Amino acid sequence: MIEIVSASRCIECDICVKVCPANVFDAVPDSAPIIARQDDCQTCYLCEIYCPVDALYVAHRAEGHFPITEAEVEERNLFGSYARALGWKRGKAGGTEHDPTHRIRVAAV
Amino acid sequence: MSSSYQVKSTINDPLHLQADVLVLGGGPSGAWAALAAAEDGARVVLADKGYLGTSGATAPSNTGTWCVPPGENRGQAVERRWQRTGGLADQRWMLRCVDQAYENLVKLSEWGYLFPHEDDGQLYIANLRGPDYMRFMRRRVLKAGITVLDHHPALELLSNGDAITGASGVDRQRNRDWSVEAKAVVLATGGCAFHERILGATGLTGDGYLMAAEAGAHLSGMEFTGKYTLAPYETSLNKGLPYRWATFYREDGSPLLDANGEQVSNGIGEREKDIAKALIAGPVFARLDHAEPALQDWLRRGQPNCFVPHDRAGIDPFKDLFRITLRAEGTVRGTGGIMLATADCGTGVPGLYVAGDAASRENMTGAVSGGGAVNSSWAIASGWWSGKGASTHARKSARKAFRSMSKPLGEAGLRPAGNARADLHPAEIMEAVRAEVIPLEKNYFRDGTTLHTSSERLESLWNDVRQHLHAEGVERVRSRETASITASARWSLASALARNESRGMHRRADRPGNDPAFARRILVSGVDAISIGEAQISREGIAS
Repeated sequence: MIEIVSASRCIECDICVKVCPANVFDAVPDSAPIIARQDDCQTCYLCEIYCPVDALYVAHRAEGHFPITEAEVEERNLFGSYARALGWKRGKAGGTEHDPTHRIRVAAV
Repeated sequence: MSSSYQVKSTINDPLHLQADVLVLGGGPSGAWAALAAAEDGARVVLADKGYLGTSGATAPSNTGTWCVPPGENRGQAVERRWQRTGGLADQRWMLRCVDQAYENLVKLSEWGYLFPHEDDGQLYIANLRGPDYMRFMRRRVLKAGITVLDHHPALELLSNGDAITGASGVDRQRNRDWSVEAKAVVLATGGCAFHERILGATGLTGDGYLMAAEAGAHLSGMEFTGKYTLAPYETSLNKGLPYRWATFYREDGSPLLDANGEQVSNGIGEREKDIAKALIAGPVFARLDHAEPALQDWLRRGQPNCFVPHDRAGIDPFKDLFRITLRAEGTVRGTGGIMLATADCGTGVPGLYVAGDAASRENMTGAVSGGGAVNSSWAIASGWWSGKGASTHARKSARKAFRSMSKPLGEAGLRPAGNARADLHPAEIMEAVRAEVIPLEKNYFRDGTTLHTSSERLESLWNDVRQHLHAEGVERVRSRETASITASARWSLASALARNESRGMHRRADRPGNDPAFARRILVSGVDAISIGEAQISREGIAS
């Protein structure tokens, strides 16, 4: 579930508040959004890739809280790691033309 | 084409809109429905519980399509697939679905969605990357002048007694009510995942099933909720594909063996039952050790979300053992849903249409899961047909949808039949429902006695919901979801008891094997009192 909104990275654009399909965040005037309904998070990682500054971190555990510090996420270079794997940059989509999934499907037969 | 216009809207007052076609749901089928209706010149409003672009089971994933090019081989491809459907699919629906899906996939490419190329330079349109696809669809919908209402969950349908005249709900970020008067409504609300924590499931609570049943529509195939998919333990990643190259182990590290003493590998085939049995007995672990280095690279780059949990947990899934689970997928990768009464995806209720996973997918895939691919093509095709059907209905409809004549149809979770009880909590009711429809030993492997016991528990829970569950404001979303999930579970159990045999993903230990007498659909209708009916495979109403 969503664990971190990095106040140091966040630019207060509130895109995550808008795009989260589970309505997990609340906007806060002149501040980073807060995680208001963590237990509603479906662990889809989509907020991370829409974030233009890689300020969000979703832990892999979908059932319950998984404490992790911002320092550890920085240290392990995990901010924005899913966006990089897809080819999304600064919240902008990209990379579908390089998707090699068709090779996997041939191999799976 | 003109966009819908607002009748009245200030920040504190309810929002009222008028439209020709109202689409409920912002996954792929809802987006295609909205585009199809707008192409006909209809004024379209699309209301989604979450956000058009991230909502639904497709957006967080990477899905194949069932892509069959036009040509002589297409009949054979359909015939081959039909052989796997437990005899419950309908080849005419399958043929028109592959044709419509192919046409629309080509449209996607023409509109600028970037498909990859194969080595021979051919465009490969048989795969859609969820986040990109749905973001692309959002842009296309907005470009078509469609009014999109994000974070506007629908709570109930409106009717004038003869036909559906719109829907109403709540804007959950502004805490104000909304209603849209429409000449036709498309339910593209997705399936019911029974609150399992799988990709996209947060919004997939069977809301459309309850709304449709309250309006008098039938459901079909609700017994086919026995589809489960492997995922790393306690994660949301219900993606089966990597397990094609997995081997499986018990907690002590010993290989999992099947009845013949062979090591269990390839978890997405026939071996799934062995894994399900082992998971009932204790923890099971996997390792993707049959993947060669080239394949490892393709998997990582082609299915990156599958590796996010591993990377974050510090596990190399090609070398290390990791604990797994089987995630229940309800009707999302099951096949049950609202019965289709007409070829344009009408429900039989005037003015009410259905698309995607909200509809029964038995026509396409019968008693077995359509997986991502068939369901993805079905979402495209049924979305398109339902949008066309709804816009045609709106155009023919001479009546005006006067608000004063419409009444809301919602009951359970909104308007309790008895006294509201403050001690009833949606989360507790949902856990009690889940205890009957999620465990492998009850729902993957079924038997009549257990189904009866579960059914009795569900009746008692339904009584609490129907008589006493009540909420105000935004909290109505949760109470209504609770009612929808409870109702969906009841329909599923009633249908599972009626199908007194095993077929596809409906595995009855007390009735192993197919019974030819059951080569037909099980229908359910009614909300408080459930009626069971049956239907031969439809032979009417198909016009390509």
